[in-house]
Amino acid sequence: MSLLNDLINLNLSETTKKIIAEYIWIGGSGMDLRSKARTLPGPVTDPSKLPKWNYDGSSTDQAPGEDSEVILYPQAIFKDPFRKGNNILVMCDAYTPAGEPIPTNKRFNAAKIFSHPDVVAEEPWYGIEQEYTLLQKDTKWPVGWPVGGFPGPQGPYYCGVGADKSFGRDIVDSHYKACLYAGVNISGINGEVMPGQWEFQVGPSVGISAGDQIWIARYILERITEIAGVVLSFDPKPIPGDWNGAGAHTNYSTKSMRNDGGIDVIKKAIEKLGLRHKEHIAAYGEGNERRLTGRHETADINTFSWGVANRGASIRVGRDTEKAGKGYFEDRRPASNMDPYVVTSMIAETTIIWKPWEATNWNM
Amino acid sequence: MSLLNDLINLDLSDTTEKIIAEYIWIGGSGMDLRSKARTLPGPVTDPSKLPKWNYDGSSTNQAPGEDSEVILYPQAIFNDPFRRGNNILVMCDAYTPAGDPLPTNKRFNAAKIFSHPDVVAEEPWYGIEQEYTLLQKDTKWPLGWPVGGFPGPQGPYYCGVGADKSFGRDIVDSHYKACLYAGVNISGINGEVMPGQWEFQVGPSVGISAGDQIWIARYILERITEIAGVVLSFDPKPIPGDWNGAGAHTNYSTKSMRSDGGIDVIKKAIEKLGLRHKEHISAYGEGNERRLTGRHETADINTFSWGVANRGASIRVGRDTEKAGKGYFEDRRPASNMDPYVVTSMIAETTIIWKP
Repeated sequence: MSLLNDLINLNLSETTKKIIAEYIWIGGSGMDLRSKARTLPGPVTDPSKLPKWNYDGSSTDQAPGEDSEVILYPQAIFKDPFRKGNNILVMCDAYTPAGEPIPTNKRFNAAKIFSHPDVVAEEPWYGIEQEYTLLQKDTKWPVGWPVGGFPGPQGPYYCGVGADKSFGRDIVDSHYKACLYAGVNISGINGEVMPGQWEFQVGPSVGISAGDQIWIARYILERITEIAGVVLSFDPKPIPGDWNGAGAHTNYSTKSMRNDGGIDVIKKAIEKLGLRHKEHIAAYGEGNERRLTGRHETADINTFSWGVANRGASIRVGRDTEKAGKGYFEDRRPASNMDPYVVTSMIAETTIIWKPWEATNWNM
Repeated sequence: MSLLNDLINLDLSDTTEKIIAEYIWIGGSGMDLRSKARTLPGPVTDPSKLPKWNYDGSSTNQAPGEDSEVILYPQAIFNDPFRRGNNILVMCDAYTPAGDPLPTNKRFNAAKIFSHPDVVAEEPWYGIEQEYTLLQKDTKWPLGWPVGGFPGPQGPYYCGVGADKSFGRDIVDSHYKACLYAGVNISGINGEVMPGQWEFQVGPSVGISAGDQIWIARYILERITEIAGVVLSFDPKPIPGDWNGAGAHTNYSTKSMRSDGGIDVIKKAIEKLGLRHKEHISAYGEGNERRLTGRHETADINTFSWGVANRGASIRVGRDTEKAGKGYFEDRRPASNMDPYVVTSMIAETTIIWKP
């Protein structure tokens, strides 16, 4: 198919100033990514200079047929690793023609939280560890697993090397470079404990950009698995039994936590998170109860716990943070299918804006 | 096949001034594209400077064997994305040796309509949304569908991403760049509601060039599917049942519609189209009755209707046009296998020239 590749890789900058912009949005399920492309007259680097667009919301479960237009607002620009040149990927969110965010638009509320003055002042940083599973296209059985059977038990696969221990590295490595090319702040990758499962990390990102970057990284990954003929799954427990689930551990710090004495700010923040455990869990991804069992390096879904270097706790504080007296902590509860706009903004809201003790005082 | 590709990709400009011109025309069915190539002494950018040519019309159902020459008149030049360099694609239309357009030559009549002074004054713009389906070569079953079975129901595929939701993107993306390279005014692409179905849009184009550009875009697409080993279908309802059909929605505006107060001109134009619904429908593509059922985002073929943001109507006016009081409207009736020369000129004729 090399002739097709010659065309796909045509460098248009020699023949035209026009560029192609791929507008990306989240569909009606809250996890299905959608995109379509349009031609623009020349290069654009500022999202506010991009035109709004619209799509058929009746085809994505987001509008009725008689009033189907949903409006796309461009929010962040990344370089297109597939079309290259001056072509771009555009992360968007969705609004009614009247200008209201549609119900599935979680970015809008997150952006409000991240522009709250208290939150802005604390400069929240996020490092998100996105796990995912690769599945064979026709059987939906994990890549590398024998069809109708199972591989040997977990042990050799975590960061493993070799044809019998690592499945799908070409997808993972092309994703890594493609994300760096696109301008996503991807900080690393590793093979996971369950064979066919992988992880990439994005961060540290400030505020709303954490969500934008994870969604673009997910989009690039799904485009790459599409090319590879492999199905991408963000299910938090793809295979029941003695096989690890997939999470999206969210590392978090604020300016106060990063400064001297930050360890006390961290402990107070963890306390507040403990008081809202149920609310957070409800927003941390569908099907998480199949994953947070208390086994396989998770904490039980009904129990809130934290500890230093404890992978069986809800929240883990690293030894280096404990030692330095400042740093960050890791919320291990979010599932791989969480919405990063929801999780990042909720952590900021609970730890920075929410004041449980003030409410108590008022009642006295 | 790398050695063959090396030869295909040879850059001849280093060795010769000569160029290759691929002459393209429409065959006897009105939908079959044909082409052949010739060498010319040097680069050409003006179609009127290209020589007329001829072909064997008895092999395309367009002439009898004893008098088979059909004459090709070059009408528009595009860069050749396959041969690149200074090589060109040439969109032509077909005439008898006596100089009369053949019956299948729809461009001739369209060009007459587009040179009518009233039409010229209104500067008609067209944006055409060409849908099409990709089929597996030997089974003629849609690309990505299990042979002998069906994929999961429609829902995940519109603008979808992923190996289980999107089939044939390499064809679509190479077509996008190839058209931009060629000089076709392609404005976008998207995956469609039915899996294996796609859409590209061309426009805004003025007058007769809308038809030329769609035909060249179709030609480039068929050349690319040929490379990919996949069959291209413009059938308006390739799979019966609960699967979307394929259309060629035609967006349209005139100078008056684009100016202040244009919304009233638009409403009058839609009224006139309503009075000629049957005539338009009979020219909007074969087999359209299998597609225009009133379901799957279409209006029933026997009913003429229009509405704002209404995808179930014959004609849709966008919210932004309603808001601004001027703009354009979308005729959703044409099938994917329509002839753009016929549809674009007929819309102009009914809305600008025809006075009921």
